Amino acid sequence: MGSERTNLLKFLLFSGSVLVAPVLFSGGYLMNVLVFVGINTMLAVALNLLLGYAGQISLGQAAFFGLGAYISGVATATYGLNPWAAMGCAAAIVGLIAFAIGFPILKLKGHYLAMATLGFGIIVYIAFNETVELTGGPSGLTGIPYFTAGTVQFDSDMKNYYLIWGFALMTILLSVNLVNSRIGRALRAIHDSEVAARVMGVNARLLKVQIFTLSAVISSVAGSLYAHTMTFISPASFGFNFSVELLTMVVIGGLGSVYGSFLGAALLTLLPEFLRTFQDYDIVAYGLLLILMTMYMPGGLVRIPSFVSPILAKIKAGVGKHA
Amino acid sequence: MVKKTADGLILLATLLILSTGTVFAAPPIKIGGLFSVTGPASFLGEPERNTAQMVADQINAAGGIKGRKVELIAYDTQGDATKAVQAATRLVKEGVVAIIGPSTTGDSMAVIPVVERAKIPLISCAAGIKITEPVKPWVFKTAQNDYLAVARIYEDLVQRKMTRVALLTVSDSFGSSGREQLKALASRYKITIVSDDTYGPKDTDMTPQLTKIRSGQAQALICWGTNPGPAIVTRNARQLSLKIPLYMSHGVSSKKFIALAGDASEGIVLPSGRVLVADLLPKSDKQKKSLLAFVQEYQKRFKAEGDHFGGHAWDAMMLLKGAMERGGATPAAIRAQLEKTRNFAGIGGVFNFSPTDHSGLTKDAFVLVQVKGKDWVLVK
Repeated sequence: MGSERTNLLKFLLFSGSVLVAPVLFSGGYLMNVLVFVGINTMLAVALNLLLGYAGQISLGQAAFFGLGAYISGVATATYGLNPWAAMGCAAAIVGLIAFAIGFPILKLKGHYLAMATLGFGIIVYIAFNETVELTGGPSGLTGIPYFTAGTVQFDSDMKNYYLIWGFALMTILLSVNLVNSRIGRALRAIHDSEVAARVMGVNARLLKVQIFTLSAVISSVAGSLYAHTMTFISPASFGFNFSVELLTMVVIGGLGSVYGSFLGAALLTLLPEFLRTFQDYDIVAYGLLLILMTMYMPGGLVRIPSFVSPILAKIKAGVGKHA
Repeated sequence: MVKKTADGLILLATLLILSTGTVFAAPPIKIGGLFSVTGPASFLGEPERNTAQMVADQINAAGGIKGRKVELIAYDTQGDATKAVQAATRLVKEGVVAIIGPSTTGDSMAVIPVVERAKIPLISCAAGIKITEPVKPWVFKTAQNDYLAVARIYEDLVQRKMTRVALLTVSDSFGSSGREQLKALASRYKITIVSDDTYGPKDTDMTPQLTKIRSGQAQALICWGTNPGPAIVTRNARQLSLKIPLYMSHGVSSKKFIALAGDASEGIVLPSGRVLVADLLPKSDKQKKSLLAFVQEYQKRFKAEGDHFGGHAWDAMMLLKGAMERGGATPAAIRAQLEKTRNFAGIGGVFNFSPTDHSGLTKDAFVLVQVKGKDWVLVK
């Protein structure tokens, strides 16, 4: 966790590298991929708050992401609302939905909670597909406008990069502060033992629903950002597969680590791009890497330093002997 | 140790210089491909990717285009709009002169903003009417519009003096597009839709919908979907001894459908591209030469039946080849020449592009076929 000072330093360092990253990649198609890394980071951090800190699994995150995207998309493309206003509306509606379903759903534990959230995800996915008049059905919704601020239209990868990473950094800052507060400690207490947490005076039930709602709202904002940068959405992007992909990001990155979620999101978004050189075998290489990582780095990517340092120490000791 | 590495590097560098120095031929023309090779729409993407590669190899074997080889850079979209956009952006940055695909309407709609901005011609292999209507300067497509298939079915209904139909469509992009066109064209042919049901892409039993249809007033049933759904509908209809004639869409026009539906498929009528009945066509048919060339080569290379999905990619590659031979291998020249393509007899039909029509086909692109004795026959 570290003190407040190191936290701030870490965040500033991270923000700095986000700010200068485009200088390294400018012009490359990687800019486009980095935009998606930003969106996935928001989603992974949101899920990590729920899964890594509060210990509550959700297999329906793609549904909140999709609801954000579709509410934003329909409100702007069909009803001509301003994209910023649409994003706010979407977040509010999704927040209400999450709050309402949170109470019954979060009474469940373990596999049952996984199934309930999975069910919710599937219902929403079917709704996107079947309400053709509203959502455009399986062939998607077109004509979603870009964000605009004054005379600036966010229509290039570079502009969207800064827009989306602005939101992603806010999400990270919020999450880091949250998990280091009393709420964060209460969440970890629920994670370890809900009964013990309640005995200690934590309103576990309400807190779980609140964090579930927060996670949904962040996902919804990410969805709106996605809709207005892609300007086209179709249900296939918000299915069960994507929920699982998010879960993988969080686990590979490191449960209970905000920056770990970024690492997981970055790895899983960038990896397929690098593996394209393997042509048809990219999926195999991808799967193999994931298996190896979970086997040898069970703590996730954030634990790499602690994984590498003993080896480094050994090498150092070896070098010392020869000298 | 250090010296050895340095020696190795020098050797490597020398080799590199030698290898690049000796090859002085013109650089290959890069063509991008976006196909959903994996995921739910892999039945489209796989034959398309295979065919595109096959045509590229054929062009190279014949000496390339004006002496330049073509290089197909094909990426998998997994039927996911996000991945399609990433892959398209990457293709643009890799300097392709044109892009073939994507396989699905959703993916195609998603990449249109990318190619329009980059000014790279796109020849989509998806059928959705939204892709080329309204016309977008850089976007073309080879798959037949669904309304052409609908028109064929409705004409047959009119001929058989039937006016009341029941619809049963799958809830994916293929089915919803078909459903839209079936409803839109009904009034023009004075046909009433008495019931309108859907089924999910993964459903395994359609008896409830069919029971409802059986008790209704329909004189014919039109089912719109891709394998395996329609085969299940066919079997269920036989089990319920549904007496009314059953029409299918071009989504199942392959031998696989007959294999899946078995005896129950006997007598089923559907509109299909000519590829299915290539050997039955009269010699005078304009497309016969292209069709046989495609089917035979595909059979030889992949030991599988060349279907009309692969045909979409064949048409796209050939249209591109023609455009580049006439106008040169720059995106702008390709676009201009594509738009001037007239009377190109491909797999999907005879293409006539114009500034106001970027899909280029008429309802002659479809013939009506019927299942007889576990094979297809032409309906006269």
